[in-house]
Amino acid sequence: MSHPAQENAINAGRLTRILIYTVLIFFVIYYLLPLWVMVSNSLKTLDEIRGGDMLAPPADITFEPWRQAWSQTQIGVEATGLKPYFLNSIIMVVPAVLLSTLLGALNGYVMTKWEFPGVNLIFGAMLLACFIPFQIVLIPMARILGMLGLAGTLGGLIMVHTVYGLGFTTLFFRNYYAAFPTELVRAAQIDGAGFFQVFRRILLPSSGPIIVVTIIWQFTNVWNDFLFGASFSGYSSTPITVALNNLVNSSTGVKEYNVHFAGAILAALPTLVVYIVSGRYFVRGLMAGAVKG
Amino acid sequence: MRDRFQEWVPRIVLAPSFAAVLIFVYGFILYTGWLSMTNSRMLPNNDFIGLANYTKLFGLKHWHIALTNLAIFGVLYIVISSVLGLFLAILLDQQIRNEGFIRTVYLYPMAISFIVTGVAWKWFLDPGIGLENTMHQWGWESFEFRWIKDRDFAIYTIVIAAIWQSSGYVMAMFLAGLRGVDNEIIKAAQVDGASGFLIYRRIIIPMMRPVFLSAFVVLTHLAIKSYDLVVAMTGGGPGRATEVPATFMYSYTFTRNQMGVGASSAIIMLIMVFSIVVPYLYSEIRHGEKQK
Repeated sequence: MSHPAQENAINAGRLTRILIYTVLIFFVIYYLLPLWVMVSNSLKTLDEIRGGDMLAPPADITFEPWRQAWSQTQIGVEATGLKPYFLNSIIMVVPAVLLSTLLGALNGYVMTKWEFPGVNLIFGAMLLACFIPFQIVLIPMARILGMLGLAGTLGGLIMVHTVYGLGFTTLFFRNYYAAFPTELVRAAQIDGAGFFQVFRRILLPSSGPIIVVTIIWQFTNVWNDFLFGASFSGYSSTPITVALNNLVNSSTGVKEYNVHFAGAILAALPTLVVYIVSGRYFVRGLMAGAVKG
Repeated sequence: MRDRFQEWVPRIVLAPSFAAVLIFVYGFILYTGWLSMTNSRMLPNNDFIGLANYTKLFGLKHWHIALTNLAIFGVLYIVISSVLGLFLAILLDQQIRNEGFIRTVYLYPMAISFIVTGVAWKWFLDPGIGLENTMHQWGWESFEFRWIKDRDFAIYTIVIAAIWQSSGYVMAMFLAGLRGVDNEIIKAAQVDGASGFLIYRRIIIPMMRPVFLSAFVVLTHLAIKSYDLVVAMTGGGPGRATEVPATFMYSYTFTRNQMGVGASSAIIMLIMVFSIVVPYLYSEIRHGEKQK
């Protein structure tokens, strides 16, 4: 099965192959176009953008828009740039991802190696929870966060993202551990290993790939979230997606397109870098997120 | 003693997650359901008014616009993403040089947030500085593309951006499906003299039914939930032209102080998603059990 594509290929003539490559390259350009537009226009002056060709490379490269976007541009009432919001997102993402991944791993372990009556029902309930439109939880969540004193804080956002990430992290680990030989677990138990010992010594050492997949999945989702950020963040806890939207869609002042583009790239950079560095794991997460059961 | 304890550890470990999901998902659904039957305005209250909010909701022109837009957006987004995804997957399955690179390019939009996608497409489609202006610079003076400012066409610009974002994902799903097709079947068909085109149309594509189903479910639930992209690109405008249920829910609940109506719109969204997802998950799990 190393080269299955070979067999499926149409035995095509040269012309057909040229046509296939032309179409594929056309779509490479199509997918890269918005990225190119963002990068090239983030390096132009505002005058050049207004008067010129959006698809052209910058005539005189300027890094001023980047400096503006990072530390000077006005967002909301303060001229702080995106920097503090970028940091907010990091402070929010790291604990939310680690917590939901750890809990997901333990849940998956219980569901596959320590089954008890009703465990499948619990899994079903958690699986279905992955798909709810989050509008359904906005009102009660706002109330609960208020009651817990977490309204408008990063702590509140961390809690929200951990809770609503659990469904997918549990699903990932459950499906992974289901394929892990149960005999090894039983053997370790006979040798006297307890619940946590089996987890730490037997399962965890071979969980590398699924941990990476889960962390990437969670990181991408939490970093890119807008709805929860817009609903539950406050003055000092706004994540970068919300700040970027405020910057671009503020109705006051001159539209500084070049700063908007630089800001958009800044907001996209962490997840893009993760994707480029470990695309294989990213795709595995996407597939696992689509094909259930 | 130790065994007893060991027996309870798994339940204790699972309990916090289960409790969290029970409260924060199912409890919250019930609470929102209850609120949808009260006359809550700026703050939640418990004055029961039956289904009056739903009657009001479906009498609102605003809500009808949102549903119509969701229908237009949903159908175009799902159909075009699926067709384009399958098309690209088939092309990529022909022993393509640099396949890895091309796949990476097709899929990278999935790593980016809808807000960033929205910003890029908003300015790219803006008549003043984007595509239209660029075409004029290139000498095509009569070129006109003002959809994003046009009430009748703005929703289609959101379709364009959304397809850009997720068609690569669908491509990856189909490519995985194509790679799983048994080669023996194809060889047999080739021996029988079937052409490449015919093999795809009559044998391989029909075998992709489970992938079509997965893609359909994933895209449908993404469509119903779509919120960020609309906010970033058009903010629901011009006027209310690109309002969708998700933006409707947010504005009625948090800015128009009609929480009861907002809650009822959220319940309708949930019913839409569940009517697609529940049968799908049920059949997937049943299927999975049978295989065991």
